[in-house]
Amino acid sequence: MNTAAAIDSRHAAGQRLRERMFSAATFVAAVLVLTLLGGVALTLLHGAWPALAHFKLRFLTSEVWNPVTDQFGALAAVYGTLVTSLIALAIAIPVSLGIAIFLTELAPAWLKRPVGIAIELLAAVPSIIFGIWGLFVLAPILQRHVQPWLIDTLGPLPIVGRLFQGPPFGIGILTAGIVLAIMVVPFVSAVARDVFETVPDVLKESGYGLGATTWEVIWQVVVPYARTGMIGGIMLGLGRALGETMAVTFVIGNAHRIGSSLLAPGTTISAAIANEFTEAVGDLYTSSLVALGALLFLITFAVIAAARLMLLRLERRALSSV
Amino acid sequence: MSRRFLRKVINLVALGLSGLATAIGLFFLGAILWTLLSRGFAGMSAALFTAMTPPPGGSGGLLNAIYGSLAMTVIGILLGGPVGMLAGTYLAEYGRNARLSVVIRFVNDVLLSAPSIIVGLFVYELLVVRMGHFSALAGAVALAIIAIPVTVRTTEDMLNLVPQGMRDASTAMGAYPWRTITSVIYPAARSGIVTGLLLAIARISGETAPLLFTALNNQFWSTNLNAPMANLPVVIFQFALSPYPNWQQLAWSGALLITLSILILSITARLVVARLGPGGQR
Amino acid sequence: MNLQRFQRVLLALLGALGATGAVQATDISGAGATFPYPIYSKWADAYRQQTGVGLNYQSIGSGGGIKQIKAKTVTFGASDMPLKPDDLKEAGLVQFPMIIGGVVPVVNLKGVQAGQMVLSGALVASIYLGEITKWNDARIQKLNPKLALPATNIAPIYRSDGSGTNFLFSHYLSQASPKFKETIGENTSVQWPIGIGAKGNEGVANMTAQTDGAIGYVEYAYAKQTKMAYCDLVNTAGKTVAPGGESFQAAAANADWAHAQGYYLILTDQPGAGSWPITGASFILVYGVPPDAAATGEALKFFDWAYRNGGKMAADLDYVPLPESLIKQVRATWKAEIKGVPAMASASDAKRM
Repeated sequence: MNTAAAIDSRHAAGQRLRERMFSAATFVAAVLVLTLLGGVALTLLHGAWPALAHFKLRFLTSEVWNPVTDQFGALAAVYGTLVTSLIALAIAIPVSLGIAIFLTELAPAWLKRPVGIAIELLAAVPSIIFGIWGLFVLAPILQRHVQPWLIDTLGPLPIVGRLFQGPPFGIGILTAGIVLAIMVVPFVSAVARDVFETVPDVLKESGYGLGATTWEVIWQVVVPYARTGMIGGIMLGLGRALGETMAVTFVIGNAHRIGSSLLAPGTTISAAIANEFTEAVGDLYTSSLVALGALLFLITFAVIAAARLMLLRLERRALSSV
Repeated sequence: MSRRFLRKVINLVALGLSGLATAIGLFFLGAILWTLLSRGFAGMSAALFTAMTPPPGGSGGLLNAIYGSLAMTVIGILLGGPVGMLAGTYLAEYGRNARLSVVIRFVNDVLLSAPSIIVGLFVYELLVVRMGHFSALAGAVALAIIAIPVTVRTTEDMLNLVPQGMRDASTAMGAYPWRTITSVIYPAARSGIVTGLLLAIARISGETAPLLFTALNNQFWSTNLNAPMANLPVVIFQFALSPYPNWQQLAWSGALLITLSILILSITARLVVARLGPGGQR
Repeated sequence: MNLQRFQRVLLALLGALGATGAVQATDISGAGATFPYPIYSKWADAYRQQTGVGLNYQSIGSGGGIKQIKAKTVTFGASDMPLKPDDLKEAGLVQFPMIIGGVVPVVNLKGVQAGQMVLSGALVASIYLGEITKWNDARIQKLNPKLALPATNIAPIYRSDGSGTNFLFSHYLSQASPKFKETIGENTSVQWPIGIGAKGNEGVANMTAQTDGAIGYVEYAYAKQTKMAYCDLVNTAGKTVAPGGESFQAAAANADWAHAQGYYLILTDQPGAGSWPITGASFILVYGVPPDAAATGEALKFFDWAYRNGGKMAADLDYVPLPESLIKQVRATWKAEIKGVPAMASASDAKRM
């Protein structure tokens, strides 16, 4: 039958089929995103299981990392990961805040865009570049000039001094923290900038109207309002710092040791995996490295999930207060 | 000192410090780019693009590494781009208000910020161990997994920018959703989607960690996807940590190449959006 | 861009990629020690020019080499720490020496040139134990009366990966210092109490060159090629000896290979006035019953070629090629213990090469 109605219904059937296929395809792709996360978690756990079953809780509390006696403990790597990230944040938070303040409040219009773009370009530079720059440019400067000065001036101090002992190697935990800070600044400042811009002008105007200086408006009106978002941004930066591999591997010193001095070499989870994975002999060694990866996944997942939740709340608040 | 004066001083100091912070940020960017340019430029020559990675002490180039990076990036984006686009389409169109979408968006954001070395480990366990050897294909899959969250995010954002009126008009003419999406919305959001793909490419071309235990490395020219393949980031990693001057020079030049291409991609992405508008408006 | 054009571009891309996945000449695949890598890469280059066959060697450390050959992902593994005969039997591997070289301490100290500093095993052990922390320590000065030593801090660099060089070095230090043997011990990877870890001989060389006041240990070719300041050592005969082909040769001269089961022989602290104390051989590991007999055959052809033609290149880098008697012994081992590979070219064919 070739009446108009028949053609129409055949046409409609074809359209319906294509509709079903297309919507199914998008649905499958979307669910794939979920399965990716689940898959990563499961695969890591599966690979880590031999090591975790063998060492049990000792894996988290032992500093020993000896491939020959097959004794592996994650403590040194976890310590290094946490300390380098903390140093990175300690440096990056004030700098990012400063950049965000400068770009949103101080900079004249013609300066805003180029400077903003320049800071974002820093985020586009791949991490391996930071690594080689850190090793070949930053480390010698630190070893010859900065670290001896730190040892001489801060070393003798009573409590703080413990952090600055030891020979100046140039590389080590402090250097890794500094390189991480430079990498994290673009992210935190970008979030801070976005968050500062959500502050309603009316609040700022009220502050100025009462006679507050620019700094007072920022510190007492803008920052408290943007607090949740800022913390979210900081935690995103933390998540980035915790998982960073290449920038750290070059300058951390590859020592599975915990030292009290920031000038000592150490290791982080991702640096240990990057350096040792392809040459790990033995199933327990490989499994221990995957277990380190699973640990990192857990830590970063917790941090990033918390950060995203905070940013979500801020978005909702911004939308509702429009 | 009057309180007002003190407040003024604090204001000046604080704002000065924020300017200083910006200067510091710009200084490091400049320092890194300057080092890259000065050290990398010295090694720039035609040979860089025509010769293979040499043994220590010999002269050579980065051709096999450049090819490997290009091949794996292309395959990675071919695998990950469509998946990301489709998933983004689901989030923006079909599942816009679904509860599942909230979860998917959240999970996607987590994946976006996850450490790339984890992805490398995942693909190692999934593919390399099963296949019994390293391969460029595994490397490409790792890159695809990293590209997916980026593409999902940008696609969804760009599709959301298309005015609802266009959808309504299309539906009013009797078009099924798939037709509306492919014939009306995709073209409208075209520049935004292209930007998203460019950004994803920029992101994956600089990744080293996921390739370390998937594609490994290869000192020779190889086009075999089922075997280890040279790639720029891993070559830079190996060469930079060696004591040989010719290898170190190649590492710097390779680093300059990667950074330049990523910067060009990022700037192009911006220009595309700036000139064509994300929602298709000119 | 409409759908048709997009499809065409896509097809073209895929076609280009697929076409380039074409067949190429089989390369020999191997992985392992960084100790012999400078000479292996030189040999591989020359072999490729002559025969067109390439050597894809991943210089990842002896530990990695042992792992890869056990996992059968490569045709041969390379290690400077020889596997014990029991381990060989258990894994079904055949081991034979390929080349002999020496591990030398290198330093990065202002004003100290190559071959100027003299150290002893006990001194180096103390440095790596953290007992000596500054270069102008009296104990170092005693061995170097004419050298002006600055008050720089010593930065010990060690191998962070599984390494045969590490084994040789720690074995030597364990023999020189009972305290070292007790606290650290000897193996391809040990727990160093202080210092910085670097990957591969390359990494140690690089890190030592980068860090002021550093001391590291590398295979001699690395020190020579990169013009680093290597040190002389005091050997068991009490004589100060400089590293080089001559002193490595002297150490290797007394080695009794004929009675070493599985060629398990460690050449540190060999007797003789001119012997270098940290000499060692680098070994190749292949399967007695190879999973890919053709590939193993190609690899053995390469090694045979290297035995015959690689001597001069090795000597140029101050490696010590194996003596003829040992090579004969190795060829006999190939015939006896490696099954299924195509027969080697006979001696008369070899003379024609």
